[in-house]
Amino acid sequence: MSVLTVDGLSAAYRKNTVLHDVSFTINQGSLTSIVGPNGAGKSTLIKVLLELHPRLTGTTSFFGTTLKKEKARVGYVPQRGSVDWDFPTDALDVVMMGMYGQIGWVKWPNKHHRVKALEALDKVGMADYAHRQISELSGGQQQRVFLARALIQDADLYFMDEPLAGVDAATERAIMTILNELKNEGRTVLVVHHDLQTVEDYFDQVLFLNRSVIAHGEVTSTFTTENIERTYGGTIRWLKEGVGVVDSTLK
Amino acid sequence: MSILLSSNFQWVLLSTLLLGIAAGLVGCLAYWKKQSLMSDALSHAALPGVVLIFLLFQVKDLFVLMIGASISALLGAFCIMLIKSTTRITEDTAMGMILAVFFGGGIVLLTLVNKTSTGNQAGLNNFIFGQAASMVSSDVMTMSILAIAVIFIVVIGFKEWKLFLFDPNFAKGLNLSIKGMNIIYLLILVLTVVVGIQAVGVILMSALLIIPPVSARYWTHSFKTMMWLSGIFGGISGAVGTTISALGVGLPTGPFIVVTSGSIFLVSLFLGIKKGLIVESMMLRNKRKEVYEQMVANSIVKEGNS
Repeated sequence: MSVLTVDGLSAAYRKNTVLHDVSFTINQGSLTSIVGPNGAGKSTLIKVLLELHPRLTGTTSFFGTTLKKEKARVGYVPQRGSVDWDFPTDALDVVMMGMYGQIGWVKWPNKHHRVKALEALDKVGMADYAHRQISELSGGQQQRVFLARALIQDADLYFMDEPLAGVDAATERAIMTILNELKNEGRTVLVVHHDLQTVEDYFDQVLFLNRSVIAHGEVTSTFTTENIERTYGGTIRWLKEGVGVVDSTLK
Repeated sequence: MSILLSSNFQWVLLSTLLLGIAAGLVGCLAYWKKQSLMSDALSHAALPGVVLIFLLFQVKDLFVLMIGASISALLGAFCIMLIKSTTRITEDTAMGMILAVFFGGGIVLLTLVNKTSTGNQAGLNNFIFGQAASMVSSDVMTMSILAIAVIFIVVIGFKEWKLFLFDPNFAKGLNLSIKGMNIIYLLILVLTVVVGIQAVGVILMSALLIIPPVSARYWTHSFKTMMWLSGIFGGISGAVGTTISALGVGLPTGPFIVVTSGSIFLVSLFLGIKKGLIVESMMLRNKRKEVYEQMVANSIVKEGNS
């Protein structure tokens, strides 16, 4: 069953077309990585889908209807650098923000909401840091707080913008465990990803993007040298050859 | 000193206290929206509106003049946004331009008004540096009611303001209208600025919005506490400044409010318990001592082992 259908989407920043005629369909329960070189429009794609950036053309359908009607079922983990971490608040408070829609506007959160937020923090291994200032958290911890805030939304479709960027191996494993859990619960996750080396280990679907969709499908059949070269151009060749060496030694 | 006991003064004092609280709260929003300078541009842009309304209707009722001030300030804000979105000029440059042009225009109009005898007696000059003592009871009422309305809007939507300021993109995903929040934010900002123009004056009104939140930041790591402190600091500045200016004859109110507010900032800068300079240097010294003692202890252990 498809949860997201994108047809003929394009978008621009001033004069530069960043996305051109992007079309794809995402099925329920898939864990998809969106990969492509810098400036390929990966983050822009997510922003356009979530209507945070204006689109020029194209249609999108969420759960067979519009985003507006299904907003509560869509979760978003923005890039860590998109907010000011000097803002005076603690980790628990940031996680609670994920429940503001459920709490209702102009109402105050109660004890029940705090307990739920603590549970979400515990799930990402951050329970001990609940009352820590967000400015005092490390990059990986900040990323986990963002993830906890998304988990608490209890969404069916998640968009994550580079959740694995600049985090250490332990955080990377913790985040991937949670993403797999989400997938096993039948939720759908789209992740902007930058590390080609880990695509095969972490994801079951891959979407190659460079202004438009280059290839999209199962990792096993789509994550090929040919598609990587078509997306990144010749510059990536050395890397894939390196991967090949690693693969053969492992075998 | 007897003036301090008059009921008229006490009403004026209450209204500037409320104004200070409202300005402190809204200033806190502007601080985290990284738009502190916006209040400065808006208050300066309000001047031509005040003078034009006076020229057209020949009345000096604060409520009527405030309508002119609001329109003029909103026009200034609109120009800033227009310049920012259609040209490559950055927001701060646009603010600087609009601030100067509107204020200059206002002064030109004011000079013309002052040449007529009615204009001279109207005391429109008070709108530049503020003269709380010149307010009549209807002005005090208008000011107090509007200040309370602003305080109410900020307090009731506290949770929404926090989300809106910290992560607007995420807020939009939760179906909070960012456009709507931006409009409310601009409206209460303009309202606060124009409410204060008679008491504090167009030049210094922005200081009442900018300085209290900066002072409050030194005392806390919580957004809620920062808001309250900012409101309290603003309120104290408003009340103390008004009192001092009432003690002498013809002393302007705005400068005394700003000096009070500046003093609170200086105290906060050094003594603030979370980010104050003294606390920070003490923490650094303690840490240095701790690390040094650790090193000494380690070297003793090493020598003992060898």
